[in-house]
Amino acid sequence: MTNRLLAVLAVLVACVATNMPDQVRAGEKAAGIKIEKPWTRVTPPGAKVAAGFMTITNTGNEADRLVSGSVALAKTVEIHEMSMKDGIMRMNEVDAGLEIAPGATVVLKPGGYHLMFMGLTAEPQEGQPVKGKLKFEKAGEVAVEFAVAPLGAKSIGGGDKMTGSHEKDGMDHGNHHMNHGK
Amino acid sequence: MAAGTVLSRLRLALWGLVAVAAFAAGALFLGNLQEAARQGSSLPGAARFGGDFQLVDHNGQAFSSEALKGKPHALFFGFTHCPDICPTTLFEMTKHLEELGSKADALKIFFVTVDPARDTPEHLKKYLSAFDERITGLTGTPDQVAKAVKAYRVFAEKVPTGDGDYTMNHTATVYLFDAKGTLASTLSWQEDEKTRLAKLKRLADRG
Ligand SMILES: [Cu+2]
Repeated sequence: MTNRLLAVLAVLVACVATNMPDQVRAGEKAAGIKIEKPWTRVTPPGAKVAAGFMTITNTGNEADRLVSGSVALAKTVEIHEMSMKDGIMRMNEVDAGLEIAPGATVVLKPGGYHLMFMGLTAEPQEGQPVKGKLKFEKAGEVAVEFAVAPLGAKSIGGGDKMTGSHEKDGMDHGNHHMNHGK
Repeated sequence: MAAGTVLSRLRLALWGLVAVAAFAAGALFLGNLQEAARQGSSLPGAARFGGDFQLVDHNGQAFSSEALKGKPHALFFGFTHCPDICPTTLFEMTKHLEELGSKADALKIFFVTVDPARDTPEHLKKYLSAFDERITGLTGTPDQVAKAVKAYRVFAEKVPTGDGDYTMNHTATVYLFDAKGTLASTLSWQEDEKTRLAKLKRLADRG
């Protein structure tokens, strides 16, 4: 019995040791993946969901894939894509994960790809960054810190410049190099 | 995954398909409508749009479409488990109402949930407290909400999520009705702010 327990422990330790993530701050690189400006925003009172946005660049020479994530103030995180057509807002889980080709940059932003924070256990507060982790197929786990923008913000830092045509760019997701294979 | 979950998901998905079929015609209609609105031409079928409904406001009071008669109003559908477009629309609407100032007092703004199971009057009230108080939240029994959804030719479908919960796809257009109850225009999240503000101002002026 004790031997078994020890064996299990040994395996656990080995797992933890090999999966030890390189703790990376926003803007820094983790094995070919660069994450810039991770942000979320204040939600209306009582909200159970929030969205996380960021810019992900694959600086490596192999395709990588964002497969999952977690965040301190939500029970689960899913990778979603929002789209608008004929006035209808649709939101779908990106089941196969978000592929990022070598050298490519994928922007998660309002109206398009986002991390969906589901089952909020606390509401995001301005000025209180939210810790989270992203998991990539190749780059592994990347720690991120989401800055919290005010309610209704369309972007972070750069002001509200994302109106009109830019938003339309975000909505037009016909040309993303995404793999929808299931 | 438990068999029960699979079944319930399948059921959700099937209902989703039913909803898609039922509202495809409505969506097409809406597409044309928005095109007409963009071109500034008269809105086809505007008189047939909207209709009678009985709902419950965010204070728990019965709210009938009778109360809209004679008042220019804006109405849009959404739900509070919405990460992006619903809070954004409410936020933008709040900003516009502030910009319009007392002129906007003539306007009534309604946020109708497509998710009555989770959006109770109490929850709507709390959620809407972050926005302009001229915005009224409306919910009701699933049947009452379904009737309103149908009257406004709104598309709404449940989409199961990985955690066993669900989210909703829905029409995000804001409908503007004049005092006669005729559809005067629509607002879209993709339009620029000035256009939206001008349309609301026109609605308030015209009454
Ligand atoms: Cu989402």
